[in-house]
Amino acid sequence: MIEARDVLYIGAGLFALFNGLMVVTLSLVWLERKFLGRLQGRVGPTRVGPFGLLQAVADALKLLMKEDVSPGPAARVIFYAAPLLVFVPGFIVWLTIPFAQDMAVRNLELGIFFFIAFSVLSIVGLVLAGWSSASKYAVLGGFRSAAQLVSYEIPIIMTLLTVVIVAGTMNIAEVVEAQASVPYVALLPLAAVVFLLAGIAEVGRTPFDIYFAESEVVGGPFVEYSGAHWAVFFLAEYVSTFVIAALTALLFLGGWRWPFGADLPPAAGVALVLAKTYAVVLAIFWLRATYPRLRIDQLMSLGWKALIPLSFAAVIIAAAQRFYGWPTWSLTALSVIVLAVPAILQVRLQRRPAMERARRYARRAMAERAR
Amino acid sequence: MSAEPQTDTVDMMLNMGPQHPATHGVFRMVLSIDGERIMGVRPHIGYLHRGSEKLSEHESYGQVITLFDRLDYVSNLNNELVFVRAAEELMGVEAPERAQYIRTILCELNRVASHLLFIGTYALDVGAMTPVMYTFRERERVQNLFEHVTGARMMHNYFRIGGLKEDVPGDFAERVLSVVRRLRAGVEETDRLLTFNEVYLARTRGVGVINAEDAISCGLTGPCLRGSGVAYDVRKAYPYEVYERLEFDVPVGEFGDCWDRYWVRLRECYESLRMVEQALEQTPEGPVMAPGRRIARPPKGEVYAHAENPRGDIGVFLVSDGTDKPYRVKVRPPSFCNLVGLERMMEGAYVADAVAILGSLDIVLGEVDR
Repeated sequence: MIEARDVLYIGAGLFALFNGLMVVTLSLVWLERKFLGRLQGRVGPTRVGPFGLLQAVADALKLLMKEDVSPGPAARVIFYAAPLLVFVPGFIVWLTIPFAQDMAVRNLELGIFFFIAFSVLSIVGLVLAGWSSASKYAVLGGFRSAAQLVSYEIPIIMTLLTVVIVAGTMNIAEVVEAQASVPYVALLPLAAVVFLLAGIAEVGRTPFDIYFAESEVVGGPFVEYSGAHWAVFFLAEYVSTFVIAALTALLFLGGWRWPFGADLPPAAGVALVLAKTYAVVLAIFWLRATYPRLRIDQLMSLGWKALIPLSFAAVIIAAAQRFYGWPTWSLTALSVIVLAVPAILQVRLQRRPAMERARRYARRAMAERAR
Repeated sequence: MSAEPQTDTVDMMLNMGPQHPATHGVFRMVLSIDGERIMGVRPHIGYLHRGSEKLSEHESYGQVITLFDRLDYVSNLNNELVFVRAAEELMGVEAPERAQYIRTILCELNRVASHLLFIGTYALDVGAMTPVMYTFRERERVQNLFEHVTGARMMHNYFRIGGLKEDVPGDFAERVLSVVRRLRAGVEETDRLLTFNEVYLARTRGVGVINAEDAISCGLTGPCLRGSGVAYDVRKAYPYEVYERLEFDVPVGEFGDCWDRYWVRLRECYESLRMVEQALEQTPEGPVMAPGRRIARPPKGEVYAHAENPRGDIGVFLVSDGTDKPYRVKVRPPSFCNLVGLERMMEGAYVADAVAILGSLDIVLGEVDR
């Protein structure tokens, strides 16, 4: 039975969560620009506020004040509803993500299931945004997003299932409690890697920023958006990135439990979770500075030929270990073995031929000079 | 009659450019696509047509140099050189040795700057955002040096028929050496980040392949031709200026894919830096301008001169009717000729490849449209 007090509590929680996430988004924007700047031999924003801290605020204000234009032939209602369809699922999953013991708006028994159910929904918003914009680039981007997000949903679900099998619960807080002695990244490295990769693809960050690829489809589904509606997409992207990072921190890096155990005060627990989450976010930004963008067919083959089989392997390993009662370290051992296969293949099929080719060219140039 | 249900589908027409972030200016491609596959491509050019060739007929020889600056606006000095050489040949003038050395040094530095621009923007085309920062930082060093020497960062107007506008500043040699040293480190940094990057390899290897035979019959030159394995370089085949006295390799690819074209340009950066160092050592003292009349008035006749531009074999066909203005100036623009290969490279490519392939041709629209 839902009581008035509960409604009030959830309402206040959502309000706090929404504002908290706004601040997080602003911090992420600032962090990304600064961090990328440093990696690229620049300084990033410096002008607005100390260390450019208010740059993101200024950008947000600018976006809100801009005129909101839509293309003439756009399907107006859908066009304006689509940003919300993208943002709301990314936001609503925060309902059940705990920052510390008992620090979630609603600590659902089926928390992981809740996340899976809602995170899929953002596809609808992207496809509708692409379709309703009445632009070919947007349509192309919408198709790409549908293909990409549907494919990468599967490895995410399977890796989460692996965690559920090992932890024996779908409650995120309990999963964290189960990692008191050893974080799951040590037990399930395979699942952790696949989850993070698929997660990055799910939120469309480099090297998987295919559906809004600036140099190809010029922003994809977002190409016709401006002002506040564009800002909502932007917000959704960062909130979703933060979700993936937070889930990685909670489900694989031990959340507030590891490495300091249970006697941590709640505030320190929150700080620990945030520190881990931001570390994962930084790793995601780092990837962005390092890698180009995959092509859509390469993305699909990575998803279907590598990540999905690997995620199934992770599930099978976990299930077998549970069923036959093998020692816990066998999880790690099997995961590492399975993980090594694609790594070796990648080096053999991709990197080494290119290196050999370059060496061959260099040798030929030397020979020509000698002649 | 087939029993299968027939779906009536048409290819989607996708207009890419002239205002598209990856067309490097105002190039326009009309792609007909089936899903993500490219079924056909129709290039459209002319958005930057300024009538440079016609304009040249109304300018005196000295003034035409400024128009050549604006053809390939990222390798201005290389363009100036080819016109200046054509006019010199027509007049039977030869620039003093010192001027030739300085022109070579500046042209090679310009080549590095141009290739750096290519590497950066090409990485951006395939989605990597960091190399462009590195390469622009390095390119800036060259631009600063040019500003120091010629007074302008881009439209230099520094070469003259028979030599140079003026001698280089006194600290030229040491500044060039320090720039070369830093450039080499900068190119290496980008090289380490990009060349064997897994995703970069996946995006460029086997993409936009054109074999040597096709490359020749399409009239490709420069890195696009050498990427296909043909070691044709005007600097080696028909040496001009002081290239005969410099030791350098001509890097060539093998398969003629985007990675090979990238690799050739990358190696050319290193080779150019080597050349600059050698040329600097050999530079003699002396005048930088051949003695003669101040206003060029070549005798009646015609001449074809060509040189290795960063984009390929740039040629100038110059006809003089004996006045102080050329009767006809015809340019063979390498970017324009390289575009001929576009259609062949695009066969069976994906939409994302269209960007990668166009980028690997490294066109400059100022030169394509003239």
